[in-house]
Amino acid sequence: MLSKRIIGCLDVRNGNLAKSVKFVDTRDIGDPIEKAKQYYDDGLDELVFYDITASSEERDIMLDVVGKVARQVYIPFSVGGGIRSVSDARELLWAGAEKINLNSAAVRNPTIIAECAHAIGNQNTVLSMDISKVGANRDFPSGYEIVINGGRKRMGLDALEWALKGEDLGAGELVVNSIDADGTRDGYEITLTRMIAEAVSIPVIASGGAGKPEHLYEVLTEGCADAALVASMLHYDQYKVSELKTYLRDRGVKVRMRY
Amino acid sequence: MITLIVDYDAGNLRSVQRACHRVGLDAKITKDPWLVAKADKIIFPGVGTAESAMATLKRQGLDEALMEFFSSGKPLLGICLGLQIALEFSEEGNKQCLGFIPGACERFSFSDRSLKVPHIGWNELDIVQDHPILRSIQNKDEFYFVHSYFAHPQSEAHVFGRTNYGDVEFASVIGRENFFATQFHLEKSGELGLRLLAAFSAWNGD
Repeated sequence: MLSKRIIGCLDVRNGNLAKSVKFVDTRDIGDPIEKAKQYYDDGLDELVFYDITASSEERDIMLDVVGKVARQVYIPFSVGGGIRSVSDARELLWAGAEKINLNSAAVRNPTIIAECAHAIGNQNTVLSMDISKVGANRDFPSGYEIVINGGRKRMGLDALEWALKGEDLGAGELVVNSIDADGTRDGYEITLTRMIAEAVSIPVIASGGAGKPEHLYEVLTEGCADAALVASMLHYDQYKVSELKTYLRDRGVKVRMRY
Repeated sequence: MITLIVDYDAGNLRSVQRACHRVGLDAKITKDPWLVAKADKIIFPGVGTAESAMATLKRQGLDEALMEFFSSGKPLLGICLGLQIALEFSEEGNKQCLGFIPGACERFSFSDRSLKVPHIGWNELDIVQDHPILRSIQNKDEFYFVHSYFAHPQSEAHVFGRTNYGDVEFASVIGRENFFATQFHLEKSGELGLRLLAAFSAWNGD
């Protein structure tokens, strides 16, 4: 039986680990390579690095960090942030990433999803969606809207419609990131996650809002997510990956316990 | 000792190479059929579809080089797509594949929509037959899978491990003589995956 995954997310700015609350108030909180290795040794199932600035001069710093992580961490490793073309994607894969996460660039130009899926494989092309709750109306039948630029720009695009289109275009997995829940530690957006997970036939990764182990339990059961993304819970050494897994296993969720 | 990773434009081979280096196996990446046929150990990875992979192998002359290598008795490791095209046939397009092991590949197909395809994530390996490489791990250890097709060997004699997904108990480790293959990505399966890679590195093919 397939295990539910715990994915550690590290926002990287200028080679440093950063953490934001509701996408603003970003602070540097450590060395991403050291953290990645620590989580790997403690049984993390997958790793995501997000380049939260992704300006061209910082790109080389990121490629260097990716390469260093890839030599220490032998689990799936994806990188997102600022990927605008197939050549950006290839560069990250060559540096050591396994998958790439598309976000804003895909909203502006959806064909990049198909191009990446074709060039590097569906299984390596992850569509990451930043989503904000708006309440159901004629323009947003699902009640959720896609936002980009780190939550600053609303796109007038319905979240469920975008998820289905992303799957159609060839995304192999979806990250459902709730802007409203991001950094609050009040729990994942269960309704949103479940709605998307039930509508698509590719794996869904829940993101934003994890603060307690029971939040992971909720989103992996009631929320129908295949994987849960965690950040602050781990970064401040509040919880260890192994503690989260033990908690989930004891509540009957299948997770990988031997590593 | 020359260990080569076969490059046929089917995915990122650098992660396989990095994992090899980590366990002390100095593996090089090659597209050259002559070098493949003459190597001491071959690693045959890959992701994607069997149909386009077979077409590329044939175009580059690597299909015959791999068959020649297989008959030499030297250790040959298949990973993911490398396992699937070692069978005789693939369901997609019914292409004739390398045929190291009698059997075919099938696509996962579920009526239950909660069972996603591809099968992505960590899943258990049930060891069903002893193999020197598998002695490095325990029964029910978990490994990382990403695939939509699975192997269906004709004979149980070629199945060393099985994994459950939905109502399917697919062959996740197969082998025959000097050929050993895993459906999962041992280069992405943490320390236990590296342990299998180290065990392959120490294996003489018997």
